[in-house]
Amino acid sequence: MTNEKTAEVAQKSEEGAFNRFIRATEIDTRLLGMIGALLLIWLAFHFFSDGRFLTPRNLWNLSVQTASVAVMATGMVLVIVTRNIDLSVGSILGFVAMIMGVTQISVLPGMLGSDSQFIWVIALLVGIVLGGMIGGLHGFVIAYLGVPAFIVTLGGLLIWRGAAWWVTSGQTVAPMNNTFRLMGGGPYGSIGEFWSWVIGIVACVVIALLAINGRRQRQRFNFPLKPMWAELFMVGTSWVVVMGAVAVANAYPWPVGIVKRHIKANNLNVEPSELVIAHGIAIPVLIAIGVGIVMTFITTRTRFGRYVFAMGGNPEAADLAGINSRWVTTKIFILMGMLCGIAGAISTARLNAATNAQGTLDELMVIAAAVIGGTSLGGGVGTIVGAMLGAVVMQSLQSGMVLVGLDAPLQNVVVGLVLVMAVWLDGLYRRRQG
Amino acid sequence: MQQSAEKVVEMQNVSIAFGGIRAVDDASLDLHKGEVVALLGHNGAGKSTLIKILSGAYKRSQGKIIIRGEEANIANPRDAKAYGIETIYQTLALADNVDAAANLFLGRELRTLWGTLDDVAMEAQAREVMGRLNPRFQRFKEPVKALSGGQRQSVAIARAILFNAQILIMDEPTAALGPEETAQVGELIKQLKQNGISIFLISHDIEDVFELADRVAVMKNGQMVGSAPVDAVTKDEVLGMIILGKCPPGATPGPGAMTS
Repeated sequence: MTNEKTAEVAQKSEEGAFNRFIRATEIDTRLLGMIGALLLIWLAFHFFSDGRFLTPRNLWNLSVQTASVAVMATGMVLVIVTRNIDLSVGSILGFVAMIMGVTQISVLPGMLGSDSQFIWVIALLVGIVLGGMIGGLHGFVIAYLGVPAFIVTLGGLLIWRGAAWWVTSGQTVAPMNNTFRLMGGGPYGSIGEFWSWVIGIVACVVIALLAINGRRQRQRFNFPLKPMWAELFMVGTSWVVVMGAVAVANAYPWPVGIVKRHIKANNLNVEPSELVIAHGIAIPVLIAIGVGIVMTFITTRTRFGRYVFAMGGNPEAADLAGINSRWVTTKIFILMGMLCGIAGAISTARLNAATNAQGTLDELMVIAAAVIGGTSLGGGVGTIVGAMLGAVVMQSLQSGMVLVGLDAPLQNVVVGLVLVMAVWLDGLYRRRQG
Repeated sequence: MQQSAEKVVEMQNVSIAFGGIRAVDDASLDLHKGEVVALLGHNGAGKSTLIKILSGAYKRSQGKIIIRGEEANIANPRDAKAYGIETIYQTLALADNVDAAANLFLGRELRTLWGTLDDVAMEAQAREVMGRLNPRFQRFKEPVKALSGGQRQSVAIARAILFNAQILIMDEPTAALGPEETAQVGELIKQLKQNGISIFLISHDIEDVFELADRVAVMKNGQMVGSAPVDAVTKDEVLGMIILGKCPPGATPGPGAMTS
């Protein structure tokens, strides 16, 4: 014991400025590594695409393209943390999207009239509830009937893809309800310059309040406090990132064609070239961020989240502690299904159509995002923010390679290699830590 | 012995079978208030299984469990905890990836008025109870995976005593410990006993048993060989019970005793 202590002291005096910095700010080094890797990828693509990657337009598009996978990746974290897997998310998305499309086009207009403002919200709710029911069914079979998740969701992958086809006999459903479409982004599906700044400022205030609250809590129980400079540094950095993101979204103006239509529709007396309207943050991105916040809250602040991680760390210990692991597992899959519903709404709205191929191979993107984001397939480890960053990494690779002009077959090769490399590096990191 | 007459636990004719093998066969065992009963036997004799029936990890196929004079219905670990039965498992049963406080409160988390986890309060209580057991323990922010064997053991023990256990089951509590820490656990057992807590102690170490226990009970092949107050039998006689199933004159024989 005493040896341990002297060793600790020795270590403390020897550690460099960087380590002291990490210790004081309590930054997760894994996350820091991921952000570094992401920036590296961005710079590389920017360089190889002759400066077309790090533009407001491309970054804005990247954010919208990431939203659907990012939403599902947050749920996949919980699934993988409990040593399960869900191969069916892409197919659930496809089936639920189809049902949402049919609901808003063939069913609701006849009941409410095609101008009703409730169509989008009812369609969305139908999607979320249906997704939750499908997930619940999977969860029940996995937890209570004891069929491995791999098999249940492999079956689900085929079943729900087939079901999506079966709903309209393979026909595409389009176009979507106008309000519903806003969930997919585009010039109208963004909140504009003013509200983007408002959201940015609100986010900054919340970040500051959280930091103050955290400090108060520690003071209340006399726990060691972070040094003041570390608090200020963390809050300041977060502010810069938030406001920077808002500035980028606001630096991407509407295309001229849309501006012309806007002028005509509102009888404005200006030249299209003079009127600059910024996109601002896209609604699907806001949805994804909202989902991320809610899921982070669920995993870190609720009993359910605590049980998910405990079950992943040691299933036997969780049972002996009196946790009803079967019910927790079922709830995880219900949640996963509901997130597929939300992701389905985003992707249908973005495409302005529901097709029976929607979400094909999304399961692999989602699993890759979660795993690249630090979710361990061995269970017990993973974060929501990591998985969402993982989704950004995956999407950056995909759209970056398109911008660079890499051949389509090579793109998949690269994605595959990156996935394997990322998990290998993560394993190295963990072994060094452990 | 200076036992009070009150029986806190009576297990009567308990049996459990796993796929045709009777791991525990018609075993009866009781425990008085403030008493330490050591349960001995070879590996596979059924000690851990019998005790896991009491802690709710296994469900008995036959027999009765009576807690403080009333028949108890223990179907899972939550039921057992509701009766004030806490268990320190041989494997410790810790969730390796979460910190000490999360493990102490696993399944019984403290919550704020909004129903969210009150991590700060849990950590404060964890610091308090760990301070009593292992004053040098400071690594509250780290997952228990990163702790030493002795530290992990103290987390498991802290979890058992945190919720005012009335009946404590300790399955090989010193298996992972060095001599100094083993002595600490011994002190703890004496202290708990003084506080009126009743303890089942499973151990391989016969020296330990004779120092700490009031009574020994020996199992062999799933059956109870017999039980005896420690001062009515010698160590050799107890070894005879463990190895041969031979019940000495000072012991009360059970169904598993060798008939000569």
